Amino acid sequence: MISAPAPLLRLNGIRKSFGALEVLKGISLDVDQGEVVSIIGASGSGKSTFLRTINAMELPQAGSIDFGNFSFDWSARAGRRPTAQQLQKLRTEIGMVFQSFNLWPHMTVLQNVIHGPVMLRKMKKADAINDADALLDRIGLLEKRDAYPAKLSGGQQQRVAIARALAMKPKLMLFDEVTSALDPELVQEVLTLMASLAAEGMTMLLVTHEIAFARDVSDRVLFFDQGVIAEQGRPDQVLRNPDSPRLRQFLHRILHNDTLREADR
Amino acid sequence: MTHSYIDDIVVYGPGFMAAAWLVLWLTVVTIIVSWIFGLAAALAQRSDWIWVRGLAAFYVWFIRGTPALIQIFIVYFGLPQVGIRLSPFSAGVIALGINSGAYVAEIIRAGLSAIHKGQMESSFALGFSRAQTMRTIILPQVLRIILPAITNEAISTLKNTSLLSTITVVELTLYAQTLISATFRPFDFYIAVAVIYLVLTTLLTQLANWLERRYARLS
Repeated sequence: MISAPAPLLRLNGIRKSFGALEVLKGISLDVDQGEVVSIIGASGSGKSTFLRTINAMELPQAGSIDFGNFSFDWSARAGRRPTAQQLQKLRTEIGMVFQSFNLWPHMTVLQNVIHGPVMLRKMKKADAINDADALLDRIGLLEKRDAYPAKLSGGQQQRVAIARALAMKPKLMLFDEVTSALDPELVQEVLTLMASLAAEGMTMLLVTHEIAFARDVSDRVLFFDQGVIAEQGRPDQVLRNPDSPRLRQFLHRILHNDTLREADR
Repeated sequence: MTHSYIDDIVVYGPGFMAAAWLVLWLTVVTIIVSWIFGLAAALAQRSDWIWVRGLAAFYVWFIRGTPALIQIFIVYFGLPQVGIRLSPFSAGVIALGINSGAYVAEIIRAGLSAIHKGQMESSFALGFSRAQTMRTIILPQVLRIILPAITNEAISTLKNTSLLSTITVVELTLYAQTLISATFRPFDFYIAVAVIYLVLTTLLTQLANWLERRYARLS
């Protein structure tokens, strides 16, 4: 008998309020090793906040997280409530990529990529550079290794940001609307890179407005609405035959905009 | 009565050189003290603890609201009354350093607020601590932004060392005053002092320009 392997990530009852506004109303989610989960929803639905609670960039007020050797309970007064050091450790194993790239402008592309491995993983600089070169080659930007971020296009910067996160050899990658700030013609190069990561078996959670990408690449799609997961399932089922009227409305609005954008070009 | 200015240079030149070196030395030590106080106060203003923020705000408010000369007198003449006796040099660099630190704090604060919060986020997300993030990500960027303002402050500091003539530090100003009381040539010696200050501040500006160009090339 083979028992089902434990999920890589288990979130239970995650709650988060900003003042009186309850943004996350008790969200539970299991993510298996190698699974690609897309999160869609209107702005203000809590999807980005949720993503940011996973690596504790936002601290939830209640709920628990199990990830690898980490087991934290945000509701507890003491005991399993994580310390700052534990959170830093957790974050070294979860890569995150942001909408606005956030490369460090005073460092070259190479320095951006090796900074984490050298300082946090205590890698030898030469080894870190070897790894970084391989990563940069893979994202097609090896010839830019000594350039400063300001000299790169948005798409290139975002690919470097992905490489910077991958250099830490994370077990899980979080993508927070990583193509939203890009010019339309630069979106594809980033999505292609993400698709290849997914194909290699990287476990990924992504908040996205790219419905076609979510449909083609993810194993599961979650629809966030008013702080809860309103609907979830396989992409074809959720995106083609949505149950709830709100998801139907949302998809209609977003796909309509996409069509307009296509027509614009 | 005529003077040979060549003779003047031979006679008084070495003394002025020594005084000018002392000014440079006072300036360097004062700048170091001011950066320590300035950085501490700037970071304290972003502390999670209200009393730390309050202390930093009080420091900046007090220093900027009172004359530097009075601050120097408090440290040199005032502290002995409570049992703290400092040499003129120590009292001078401490008083001027604390004074300049308040302005440096404001400069750093402005520099910090110019850094996009995403810079910190991407660093935290990789697992860097607050201290590591400050040291390797934020402050190097802040330094570039504030370089022109910090240069102005360094030049002010250099000029303010002349206030230390009032507490018997024999820097340029006091040295000139001693000569003047012996020779009754205030015009000549004050002009000479002004020229030396001008040379020193110009050198400082050149140094800062060079640094700025160097950094500009990097990014």
